[in-house]
Amino acid sequence: MKEYIGVDGYQALAKVLHKMTPDEVIDEIINSGLRGRGGGGFSAGKKWKICKNIKAEKHYVICNGDEGDPGAFMDRSIMEGDPHGVLEGMMIAAYAVGAKEGYIYVRDEYPLAVTHLEKAILDCERSGLLGENILGTDFSFSIKIARGAGAFVCGESSALMKSVAGEVGEPRATYIRSVVKGLYDEPTVLNNVETLVNVPTIIRKGADWYKSIGTKKSTGTKVFSLVGKVRNTGLIEVPMGITLREIIYDIGGGILDDRPFKAVQTGGPSGGCIPESMLDLPVDFDSLTEVGSMMGSGGMIVMDDTTCIVDVAKYFLEFLVEESCGKCTPCREGLYQLHKLLEKICSGKGEMSDIEKMERLSENVMIGSLCGLGKSGPNPLMSTLKYFKDEYIAHIKDKKCPAGVCPELITYKILDNCTGCMACIPACGYDAIEGKKKEVHVITQDKCTKCGACYAVCNFDSILVS
Amino acid sequence: MIHITINGKVVQAKDGEMLLTVIRREQIDVPTLCHHEAVEPSGACRLCMVEITKPEWDGWCDYVTSCLYPAADGLIVNTHAPKVNELRSSILDMYLARHPKSPEIRQLAAEYGVLKTQFEEIVDGNNCILCGICTRICDTMGFHAISMVGRGHGKEVAPPLNMAPDACVGCLSCAKNCPTNYIEYNVSNGNLSIWKKDFKMAACKECGKTTITKEFAEYLSKNRDINIDYFENVTNVTEKN
Ligand SMILES: Cc1cc2nc3c(=O)[nH]c(=O)nc-3n(C[C@H](O)[C@H](O)[C@H](O)COP(=O)(O)O)c2cc1C
Ligand code: SF4
Ligand code: FES
Repeated sequence: MKEYIGVDGYQALAKVLHKMTPDEVIDEIINSGLRGRGGGGFSAGKKWKICKNIKAEKHYVICNGDEGDPGAFMDRSIMEGDPHGVLEGMMIAAYAVGAKEGYIYVRDEYPLAVTHLEKAILDCERSGLLGENILGTDFSFSIKIARGAGAFVCGESSALMKSVAGEVGEPRATYIRSVVKGLYDEPTVLNNVETLVNVPTIIRKGADWYKSIGTKKSTGTKVFSLVGKVRNTGLIEVPMGITLREIIYDIGGGILDDRPFKAVQTGGPSGGCIPESMLDLPVDFDSLTEVGSMMGSGGMIVMDDTTCIVDVAKYFLEFLVEESCGKCTPCREGLYQLHKLLEKICSGKGEMSDIEKMERLSENVMIGSLCGLGKSGPNPLMSTLKYFKDEYIAHIKDKKCPAGVCPELITYKILDNCTGCMACIPACGYDAIEGKKKEVHVITQDKCTKCGACYAVCNFDSILVS
Repeated sequence: MIHITINGKVVQAKDGEMLLTVIRREQIDVPTLCHHEAVEPSGACRLCMVEITKPEWDGWCDYVTSCLYPAADGLIVNTHAPKVNELRSSILDMYLARHPKSPEIRQLAAEYGVLKTQFEEIVDGNNCILCGICTRICDTMGFHAISMVGRGHGKEVAPPLNMAPDACVGCLSCAKNCPTNYIEYNVSNGNLSIWKKDFKMAACKECGKTTITKEFAEYLSKNRDINIDYFENVTNVTEKN
């Protein structure tokens, strides 16, 4: 806490409590252009304004730290590294909307984040930054931690609020938004960790300063988790509007082994794949949505030519089928059938009519599903089908997997330049390779399981995967 | 009173009443599988979806579940827009793939032109369509004996820990309202069994015919202040229970 105060921590809180009215705070945040970092990209200030203007006995502020995307850990690093920043952001939000109680919903897999947040809350309570009459004003606020239920769908707003209230974390169907009727049916502001942590800085340095970073409609910076086939992986914080090419080649250092770039997947499991022709796309909320992907919470997976795009779509659909809560039919049954169709194509049994079948089913799942999971669930399939249709057709018509990934569609062969070193023979766990020293070896196709072990040990590039 | 337009006809509605109620009052046929008058709507089956728009929406329209969407003045509703029809047959197609043996699903799907599923049939499935009517009824009755467990494709209705539920009084509300008659129960020799639990039935003092379970009779007599003898007369206890 001392360190946080050392870097101007809680200055913003003092400023709003002593010098600003709630409406001024809201106007400042609206003016800064801050948009939700949890996926939707909704204006944070406008959300607060709607919430504040609803007359109710109680208002709540919730911080969404569920971070369900596999491989993403930006919110975790913020909660562990800057817990006071999150708390201060929540306090300012609470002051703005008139909330007395707040919750931080932390993913169950993040015990360290919980420990750090608990300590930060305790420190604040001891020094009068949380509790009654904060800093001698009549603003009172308390924060509790709620542990996540361990399901991806619990990050969805209505499911999260049910989970905080102690019910099963399943989305609720309603046409009344949670800012109007949220936790315990009271108006509730739900913001992502990264959204809230931006708030104190905006208050301290001003909306105009914040707006000077990023683009006109997507202001400020965004944290991404850059992973996959790039040289430098990890968390990066970049100004909005930076191009994908800059992220991948300048920051990421280019593709591993200088292989050709194939696609970058953004937006988490229900995001989309963006092809090479769009590498100069500026990274902001609207551009990503326009090309059929999304900002999501900031996952970024880079793929090279050894990645099979159909296999990628299948992987994400499998994740979503597992994580669907199962309440509504289009998501439960539709995503299941989409995944089945992808399995069929990857195993070489696909038919051309399956493409149209998937397109139509995807559209119906998107229109018909109850919550965001189902509504965006077909994205990984739709975006790959849009930009990489040829690869689907290769799987279906030619029964080939161009990237050499789908086991049923590839063969391993030993080329004539085999030196007969015998290294691959023991490497094969299925006794599929025969050969004598200094003679070209042969793979018995019936026995080959396409595990790739021979390919990995061959020093002479003599194994051909096709 | 407010006015909304359904399929071109202006009709009266109460402000905030659900669109499905208005649609049904107008005797327009919209299929539903998770709707039940006695319980809160849940929006699970998605069959009741309709197209809505407003003049000020500039031609933009939205697709909403009518069982959960409150009527508002000036709303224009199309219960059989092309996209809605397409969505309904697609959903029924999904149901048919999952429950190919259910007569109720087959019939409803056929009404929407789906005679055979274009998807992969699930052969070892059951006829529970996960509409949640049974669990919502049980909750509304106040018993909470059964609930949805698991998630996604593996979700199912079950009592806690899959054991005979303490809270169940054998009222049969779940089984009798199941749209696909999936919930099994058995009445014989003055006994009822359901959800792996056995009950003794009360019997009519006049004719000896069984009425309702003793547990349910006790529950009703306690909570609704009715003399327990009341349930021992078959004319008082009709099939409706
Ligand atoms: C299936 C699903 C999962 C979600 N998971 C998260 C999550 O892990 N973290 C998060 O902040 N938002 C998540 N969201 C978005 C939230 O519903 C909500 O929009 C967000 O927390 C609002 O905060 P923001 O406006 O600051 O972005 C998810 C949405 C859906 C539909
Ligand atoms: S869309 Fe999926 S996750 Fe959301 S309510 Fe429907 S089944 Fe559940
Ligand atoms: S009746 Fe099932 S969603 Fe409305």
